[in-house]
Amino acid sequence: MSATKSTPILAMRGVNKSFGPHDVLHDINLEVRAGEVLCLLGDNGAGKSTVIRLLSGVHRPTSGTIELDGKPVGFDNPRAASDLGIATVHQFGGTFPLMTIGRSFFVGAEPTRRWGPFKVFDRKKANAIAVKAVRDFGITRIDDGDRLVGGLSGGERQSLAIARAVHFGARVLILDEPTAALGVKQASHVLRIVNEAKRRGLAVIFITHQVTHAMAVGDHFAVLIRGAVAADFRKGQKTREEITDLMAGGEAMAELEAMIEGYAASQDGHAPQVA
Amino acid sequence: MTDSRGAFGRVARRPETGSFLGLIITYAFFALFGGQVFITAPGWSSWLNAAAEVGIVALPVGLLMIAGLLDISVGAVLPASSLTVAIISGHYDLPLPLGIAGGLAIGLAVGWINGLLVTRTTIPSLIITIGTMFGVMGLTLGLTILIAGSTGVFIVPDVVTKSIFGSAINNMFQVVIFWWAGFVAAVFFLLHLSPWGNWVFALGGDRDSARNAGIPTDRVTIQLYMLSGFAAAFVGVTQVITFGSAQVAAGSSFIFNSIMCVVIGGVLLTGGAGSVVGIVLGTITFAIVNQGIFFTRLDPNIGSIIIGALLLIAVLTNDGFRKLALSASTKKA
Amino acid sequence: MTSLRSFLYRPEAGAILSLLAVTAFFVIFGGVDLATLLGAASWVNFAANLGIVAIPVGLLMIAGELDISIGAMIPAGSMATAILSGYYGLPIVVGMLGALALGALVGLVNGLLTVRTSVPSLIITLGTLVAMQGIVLSASVLLTGSASVAVTAPDWAKFLFGQLIGGSHQVTIVWWVIIAVAFAFVVHSTRYGNWIFAMGGDKVSARNAGIPTQRITIALFVLSATCAAFVGMCQAIQFNSAQVSGGMGYIFNAIVSVVVGGVLLTGGFGSVVGIFFGTITFAVVSQGIYFTDIDRNWSNLIIGAMLLIAVAMNETFRKMALSYTGKKKGAH
Repeated sequence: MSATKSTPILAMRGVNKSFGPHDVLHDINLEVRAGEVLCLLGDNGAGKSTVIRLLSGVHRPTSGTIELDGKPVGFDNPRAASDLGIATVHQFGGTFPLMTIGRSFFVGAEPTRRWGPFKVFDRKKANAIAVKAVRDFGITRIDDGDRLVGGLSGGERQSLAIARAVHFGARVLILDEPTAALGVKQASHVLRIVNEAKRRGLAVIFITHQVTHAMAVGDHFAVLIRGAVAADFRKGQKTREEITDLMAGGEAMAELEAMIEGYAASQDGHAPQVA
Repeated sequence: MTDSRGAFGRVARRPETGSFLGLIITYAFFALFGGQVFITAPGWSSWLNAAAEVGIVALPVGLLMIAGLLDISVGAVLPASSLTVAIISGHYDLPLPLGIAGGLAIGLAVGWINGLLVTRTTIPSLIITIGTMFGVMGLTLGLTILIAGSTGVFIVPDVVTKSIFGSAINNMFQVVIFWWAGFVAAVFFLLHLSPWGNWVFALGGDRDSARNAGIPTDRVTIQLYMLSGFAAAFVGVTQVITFGSAQVAAGSSFIFNSIMCVVIGGVLLTGGAGSVVGIVLGTITFAIVNQGIFFTRLDPNIGSIIIGALLLIAVLTNDGFRKLALSASTKKA
Repeated sequence: MTSLRSFLYRPEAGAILSLLAVTAFFVIFGGVDLATLLGAASWVNFAANLGIVAIPVGLLMIAGELDISIGAMIPAGSMATAILSGYYGLPIVVGMLGALALGALVGLVNGLLTVRTSVPSLIITLGTLVAMQGIVLSASVLLTGSASVAVTAPDWAKFLFGQLIGGSHQVTIVWWVIIAVAFAFVVHSTRYGNWIFAMGGDKVSARNAGIPTQRITIALFVLSATCAAFVGMCQAIQFNSAQVSGGMGYIFNAIVSVVVGGVLLTGGFGSVVGIFFGTITFAVVSQGIYFTDIDRNWSNLIIGAMLLIAVAMNETFRKMALSYTGKKKGAH
């Protein structure tokens, strides 16, 4: 047990990523252990989403390694990463709004039962498992597996997605801005679930730009600025104000603003295209 | 990146490059196999006449597709307008300008309803315009039988009106070709020179962002549908005046033909990209294949195979072009 | 109250209500005799032919795709049967297999082009629609010298695919019901159904969840083109001849039936039962009108209005279903 405590479940060692001539990440070193929440902080465009894409198997690092249980791994696709227990939950839960809770919970892994010569989808079992899984995380308002996912609140959808990941054996949870679109009450639901996941011994990477939310659950913090880890510290080592200042990055911020103005002027007022 | 490669890349990335190449190859093919007649005036007139009719409808349909919308109802508006003209000025013998105004008004009204339904509901435009297509078809049929008692209505246009809308130069080149040219110029101005055109592109790129940027998206959508209704009605007017009669069951071929012209012309159905030049080139290519096949010794039905193949080639190359364009812009950013 | 609510939240609610409304309209304003209408074969035959195509088209729509090439595949299936077994005199089995194989092939092309490119399937199938029309027409003219080919099917084939039950009801009605039941089972009771809904809801998430999205998409296109060819084949066997024209009407008729049946054009929502009733509703409007005092020319107007009303109704029900918070357990 003590060995697993000291070896991080998931780690990035000297990871660089560039797209064509553009360096997006330089020399990233991060690690997360079981039962620990790593908060990845940073402003928009700091490289948070690229880190997620590397860890969840969407992209591969240009150089450097990703280690799972101390051994280097390479993910060919998101499926490979999730097979190894790395689950990514996106901002809106990544679930299917017009499907029922039971059905969407088991997409791709449907429970079946025999019915004569056929294997049929076991709706009762699917609903029961899905509802129980969410309720175990403390979301007691969900009691009917036939409800449509789209009818849940944002916090409930996040909770459903997290419960789903845990049910399917996730060891590392990557939460991409789970609280960004939520109100205060809904966000506290999600934070409670993050704590619950931590209590169950999962490693959680919590990506956010809301310092308050990070401080509520984080054990370990890393601040990304323009593709590099600008600070790496543990709980209690820095105050909220210090972190906020770090994230905004003083001089860097002013430089960025000048850049944006320059770009806007050269593009005749058009915002850059979202690729 | 060197200058020459940059210039070449810019040309290759233009949406109409593919359609232009397609047109050249198509023309060369039919010039080779279509015999002497195809490259002389009668040959040109045959495909120009065909191109003009479908081209007038293809222009606004193309604008709609750039904005990410479809209009199926043009197929019903065309005969509705023809019959309105024929009923007002033929059956009731009222002055022809009144009939023409009535026909065009029908087009604008259907377009207005389409636009209103598309902007006020969340129903996809394909479904809405299928609904209005059936609705207008039913109204046209029902009212025509009710008023005129038959499905075909005749009209004898006066000489002036006939020469404006329905004459043919040298008995070959129909006057509708000049109207098409006028439509092309007007739509070119609207799409590429006026700020309104920019709004159309923005609408197809991202409707929400466009609205947030202060573009009156609902108004632009309604205007686009009114334009396509008007264009279809206009073709209906020229047809009834050219042929002296209006039939209930005309126009359904325009639905898919106009979409095909637009797609061969390099407009993506997914919206946000395209050009008037491309649509015109696509229309000409479509018409050359459709008419040119009669000049060859091939079975005329092979024309439709060629058009299907052209369409698929066009979309596949567009797909390639788009990827090229996107990759270039991400490198720049 | 709760059972009414759970009925309204089902995708087929709009279709069933539309059917009731249209029938009531015909009875009240058209003076139609309900018994005569129910006993009539015309609308059932019409619904069966349309329904066999509408179901796979609807499934494609649930998965977020569109197939309009069916308009060419119905005459293509018909011509393939007639040319192989009629003109060349091969056994009827060869003609039938040829028709179905042609359907599968075109479906495969549609599917492959859809998954390999980012071109919308509406445009891809528009291309195959036009190309297949040309191929069928020119093949018929080049091979047989005519645009209409005769075929005589042996008794067993006639019995299975072309007989008139009771002298009026086409045997395709039986096929329609079989196909509907089979598809309803697959879609609502097996994992494949779940996959189709997931694909229409969010293709990327579905793929990440391990669903073979490309294979399912291709399979659905193969199904829709093959079902269309099947309808053509039955028509050739029943009428002892095949025509190159016809079929274009099926494109919009099928889309309308599917959408009235509660399928969301943008994917992710719908049901086979809904498509079934949507087809019946469409058939009752377009054929049932002959049994009324209403001039049949108005049927298209009714279809247009019904389509828009039914879609608006479906949208409303869906929004209600989304806001339903499920106070009680087991909604059905």
